Amino acid sequence: MAEIKVIKRPQLSLGDKLYLPAIAKGLFLTFTHAISSLRGTTRGAKKMRSSGLGVTMQYPEEKWDDSLPEYYRGVPALVTNEEDREKCVSCQLCEFICPPKAIKITPGEIPSDDPWAKVEKRPQAFDIDMTRCIYCGMCEEVCPEEAIFLRKDYVVTGSDRSEMVHDKDRLYEIGGKRVGLVNKWNDLK
Amino acid sequence: MSDQAPANTETALPKDLAAEKGLVNVQIDGAWIQVPRGTRMIEACKMAEKEVPHYCYHPKLTSPGNCRMCLVQMGMPPRLGPGQDPSYNEEGFQDIGWMPRPVIACANTVSENMGIRTTGDLVENCRKGVMEFLLINHPLDCPICDQAGECRLQEFSVDHGNGISRFRESKVKKPKNVPVGDRVRLDDERCIMCSRCIRFMDEVAEDPVLGFTQRGTHTTVTVHPGQKLNSNYSLNTVDICPVGALTSEDFRFQMRVWFLKETNTIDTNCGTGCNTTVWTRGNKIFRITPRQNDEVNSTWMPDSHRLSFDHVSADDRLTEVLLRKEDGQHQVSTWETAITQSAEALKAFSGEEIAVIGSANQTNEELYLLGRVAQSLNTSHISTVGRIGESDGKLISADRNANTTGAQLIWQITPDEQLTSIREGVQQGRIKALICSQEDLLSEAGFTEEDLEKLEYLVVTATNANGTARHANLVLPAATAFEKRGSLVNVAGRLQKLNPALLVPGDARDDWQILNTLFASISGEDGFGSLTSVFKELTSQTESFSGQTYSSIGDQGVVITQTGVHIPLIEQEATRKSSGQIVG
Repeated sequence: MAEIKVIKRPQLSLGDKLYLPAIAKGLFLTFTHAISSLRGTTRGAKKMRSSGLGVTMQYPEEKWDDSLPEYYRGVPALVTNEEDREKCVSCQLCEFICPPKAIKITPGEIPSDDPWAKVEKRPQAFDIDMTRCIYCGMCEEVCPEEAIFLRKDYVVTGSDRSEMVHDKDRLYEIGGKRVGLVNKWNDLK
Repeated sequence: MSDQAPANTETALPKDLAAEKGLVNVQIDGAWIQVPRGTRMIEACKMAEKEVPHYCYHPKLTSPGNCRMCLVQMGMPPRLGPGQDPSYNEEGFQDIGWMPRPVIACANTVSENMGIRTTGDLVENCRKGVMEFLLINHPLDCPICDQAGECRLQEFSVDHGNGISRFRESKVKKPKNVPVGDRVRLDDERCIMCSRCIRFMDEVAEDPVLGFTQRGTHTTVTVHPGQKLNSNYSLNTVDICPVGALTSEDFRFQMRVWFLKETNTIDTNCGTGCNTTVWTRGNKIFRITPRQNDEVNSTWMPDSHRLSFDHVSADDRLTEVLLRKEDGQHQVSTWETAITQSAEALKAFSGEEIAVIGSANQTNEELYLLGRVAQSLNTSHISTVGRIGESDGKLISADRNANTTGAQLIWQITPDEQLTSIREGVQQGRIKALICSQEDLLSEAGFTEEDLEKLEYLVVTATNANGTARHANLVLPAATAFEKRGSLVNVAGRLQKLNPALLVPGDARDDWQILNTLFASISGEDGFGSLTSVFKELTSQTESFSGQTYSSIGDQGVVITQTGVHIPLIEQEATRKSSGQIVG
């Protein structure tokens, strides 16, 4: 038999039972904050870089964008290299690893008259469904070509579902050019 | 000596016990097993469930032993001095003297009391060395290579490779992206010179167009000058290529293999019924590859058959029930209306006025149901459309219908013998109503548009729009061979199973369901509840099928009748096997 443990209810004093002292204590705290807020001296306002009128940041007038940490994971995007070559070769590893199945790639062959014909393969279509994306960064981690990165952008809006799907053009627009990455398809190749 | 002889017979040695059965004792990684005399070491290791990595060895081709990946350590009983008797340990085996040098497992045969080590420092260092040499000039372009995911080099470099390259010089440049044939693209930098493709084209396809040139560092696989890799078996070289050197034009860059779902089924392009694997993603076929069945297609299949799946998602695919209106235009309808109307319309004719034409490409179950439909309409006019071509002397049968043998067994008649009389009946107006299942009468059957116009009522089941459907009063959308379950009997009398790789599109239905509802509404009976119950009744009605179930057919099929037809390629393979050229 399990031992039954009897827990005693707290013995409340008369003051506790009346609740009035507790209400007074609460009101005092509220007014303290209200007054310091009106004087523009809210605690933590400086750290949050708010106006001081309350601790809340006034989004979207106020943004925290330039203090986002280096490891911040925003929207995934495709990048091009110094020579404006699409880095993605559509190996579809990100499509495979993507936990919510947000990525859909249609691979395609690079035509033989293209200056980058030796790379042979690039995506014909590359769609990321931002209503599905969970910003986990697996795609960036798995990419063997350093072609997909999570950017610091986080504002993704659309008036219907189709607008929330980022196609290849949109992804390159967000990603832009990235310099200083490994160039696997150099002249020696 | 005379004292020892009876003692030996009392406790017979393992070597003598094995020899009685034509076997030999081999020790593989410490465990003794018995294998048939003359077995290759690599096959003996396979029997002992020990993996020996290899590239150039293929059981259906000769073994040149040029990749050196299958090196193992071998040991033999010690050589006896003059007058010395062999000594046996407690288990009755001689002690094994291990050789300090490795041997290739693919081209050496086992012998009595032999020892094989597939692991250990010597073997593992050999593999590591071979892998390093192979990777020196191999481009690391796995992200764009179609073979990634099913590449032996990729797999073995994970298992036995170094992880890093010590090679600092530039890699050797070789031709890339070479169209060696209409259906095959070659990347010589990826080639590891296993010569499987060369041997296949020489030995199996008998069209030796491939060879090595510039032997040495720049060894290059290529087609001989002025020739092309255009044999109808060329895509098999892509299947057996252990790396991504040979890739299929059709499948190239279409999809990574790890996304594809495999369905084991059979080919319905000819009477051979090659065993296949259909690779799909979503509701789309990406490629078809042969599946091993040593009695049907070995491990090969013709290109023409593996590439014939475009009709499945073609624009002219029928996905809706179509009823012909007064003005000759077709209008979308529902299954219920269509089946009820057609049953009533057909019942208005007498048995002699109705004919049924099925396809010998249909499954046994469908042919059986078609027979029942004809029976319920009291007609004996039932036929298929025969298609006799020329055998290519390998895998393509002269009979281009997949299930002629099945039709013959089920209907107990020569399936296409009545076709001419039905056609004449239609022309002369004796036959007024026709049910046509999965055939285009305007092609091989020899009907003309005027003939079809003479018919008062025509029901057609079809997968794609065709001339016959245009004249039909009712068009029922049906399933292709990739979308249905069922069984077929090949030219050699082997009962094989068809499995669905795709879902039927739109409003289309599996043929057996169409015929079943048609049969039910004509006869007023309940019809069959499932395909299994159709097959069950079929097996009880037809002698050759008796006792068969879907599970008894299995993946390799069963022979249910002797037709006297042999598959040429299988016979050629048997000859090469008996002469010891291949393992088989």
